[in-house]
Amino acid sequence: MKAYVSVFKLRLFHGMQYRAAALAGIATQFFWGFIIIMVYEAFYSQGSIDAPISLDELISYIWLQQAFLAFIILWFRDNELFQLITTGNIAYELCRPSGIYGLWYAKLLAQRLASALLRSMPIIAVALFLPQPYQLLPPSDLSTFLLFAMTLLLGLLIMVALSMLMYISVFVTLSPSGSLLMFAVLGEFLAGMVIPVPLMPIWLQNIVNLLPFRYSADFPFRVYSGHIPYNDALTGILIQLAWLAALIGIGWFAMAKALRRVVVQGG
Amino acid sequence: MITIKGLSKTFHVAKRSSGMKEAVKALFHREYTAVEALKDISFTINPGEIVGYIGPNGAGKSTTIKVMSGILVPDGGICSIMGFTPWQNRVAYVKHIGVVFGQRSQLWWDVPVIDSFELLRDIYDVPEQEYRSNLALLTETLDLKDIIQTPVRQLSLGQRMRCEIAASLLHSPSVLFLDEPTIGLDAVSKIAVRRFIRTINEEKGVTVILTTHDMNDIEALAQRIILIGKGRLLFDGSLDAIRSRFGTHKTLTIVYRNQPEPLQIAGAVVESWSPERAVLRVDTEQAVISDVLIDLSKQVELLDVAIDTQPIEDLIVQLYKEHQI
Repeated sequence: MKAYVSVFKLRLFHGMQYRAAALAGIATQFFWGFIIIMVYEAFYSQGSIDAPISLDELISYIWLQQAFLAFIILWFRDNELFQLITTGNIAYELCRPSGIYGLWYAKLLAQRLASALLRSMPIIAVALFLPQPYQLLPPSDLSTFLLFAMTLLLGLLIMVALSMLMYISVFVTLSPSGSLLMFAVLGEFLAGMVIPVPLMPIWLQNIVNLLPFRYSADFPFRVYSGHIPYNDALTGILIQLAWLAALIGIGWFAMAKALRRVVVQGG
Repeated sequence: MITIKGLSKTFHVAKRSSGMKEAVKALFHREYTAVEALKDISFTINPGEIVGYIGPNGAGKSTTIKVMSGILVPDGGICSIMGFTPWQNRVAYVKHIGVVFGQRSQLWWDVPVIDSFELLRDIYDVPEQEYRSNLALLTETLDLKDIIQTPVRQLSLGQRMRCEIAASLLHSPSVLFLDEPTIGLDAVSKIAVRRFIRTINEEKGVTVILTTHDMNDIEALAQRIILIGKGRLLFDGSLDAIRSRFGTHKTLTIVYRNQPEPLQIAGAVVESWSPERAVLRVDTEQAVISDVLIDLSKQVELLDVAIDTQPIEDLIVQLYKEHQI
């Protein structure tokens, strides 16, 4: 456990050094946020039927999406881990008296956290004071905010567990590009990153609800705006916990299996 | 300490000829060749030994090291190190060993070396006091003081390698596997690394298994060598044993005043000849060096003489020839 904490701390502090990258990221996220909001604003001003989610809720959805992008994007990758596998440096990791799954999980978690800590605060701070209709509204009460924080954190843990599967797949395929692309495109769509889940047709929503992806992005964002009521949020947390346990279990098992048949090639 | 009996490992390697047609064919059906990396390898190593594990490229050296460090599961055979079977009790076992793979890196490339060390301290759960004293010893003997705060990516190969070796010893292992630890190092670094290996062997009684292509490493360190080729064990014994078996030749390089006629010396074979310089090979079992020199001085006016023992590389080449590898 000490080792995992140590990896986590090392990566977290190290990740927070990249200030220029964070600044560039913040600028990009603002740009995207504005454009997407403008598009939806245009849609909503023409609409005559009842929208499944209000514009205000949608706008908070979008700003949170931009602020916590590092938590929820699937293509956020650690090339070092890929290189470890493809170059065989993993030989060293295999001579360590600790599980590789735990070490990698801690590393990936710290990287996402470091990246998000630097970016989310400025984005949220500014978005809270933007003029209408671009303003990010604060959560309605403290308990909503706490629920949001909890679901967001659980969502992050789910996302890291999901991305671990991607790293494990490289043991078999030896090339990260294929599994990465598949994961990123499908996973992000299913997480509601492209189209917010409430705006999807019902049949698609039914599919999305069966998969873990939306629990990392769509779910906490709608808890924030109150689009998902209190009781549903609590049920959602239980589902998050179940997914988390399942994904870590699968990853652990797959990793152990992959390591048994791994062959470190070359001298 | 280390007992290996009948170890064998076969790899299946996909093969494909060049060309488009073959590439398309390989999509549907692949042919595999079985490469026997290790065939029935057996040896025993006692505590405190330094063993040079040598062989030509692709002989199976690294494969053996990987099996012994628990990374690779062999197809058959017994490997018992300090009572552990490496690939079965991996986590309990690896606490007792240190491994350096000369071609790979275990340090985090974008953080200072000391951060990587501290991470390893936590991974191995080394008590703080033990860590401090180990670090002090390693810093001093490997001369790391000036580089320990530098990110790994800014280090030269030699500096990095010294850090890699230090990283493998922070948890006071009893066995150290070194897979080509001096690869790419300059003469000074090589000597520092060798001196260091000898120090930890003598002071801490660490058993060292060393693979290398640099025969000077072997000569400087190993009392015993194990030679393998094509996965088979070819020789296991002391350097002197090899010497007395093959090393009976001396090489005489002589420089003399202009002499147009080729030399004819009893008991010596002329390997190369020019009007000013010649290289002779003398089998010391058949002729005495001083006789050859007397004979020489009668024929030419000697300006310089150099007598060399057969270099260890030649002995190894001869061993390879004998075993046809």
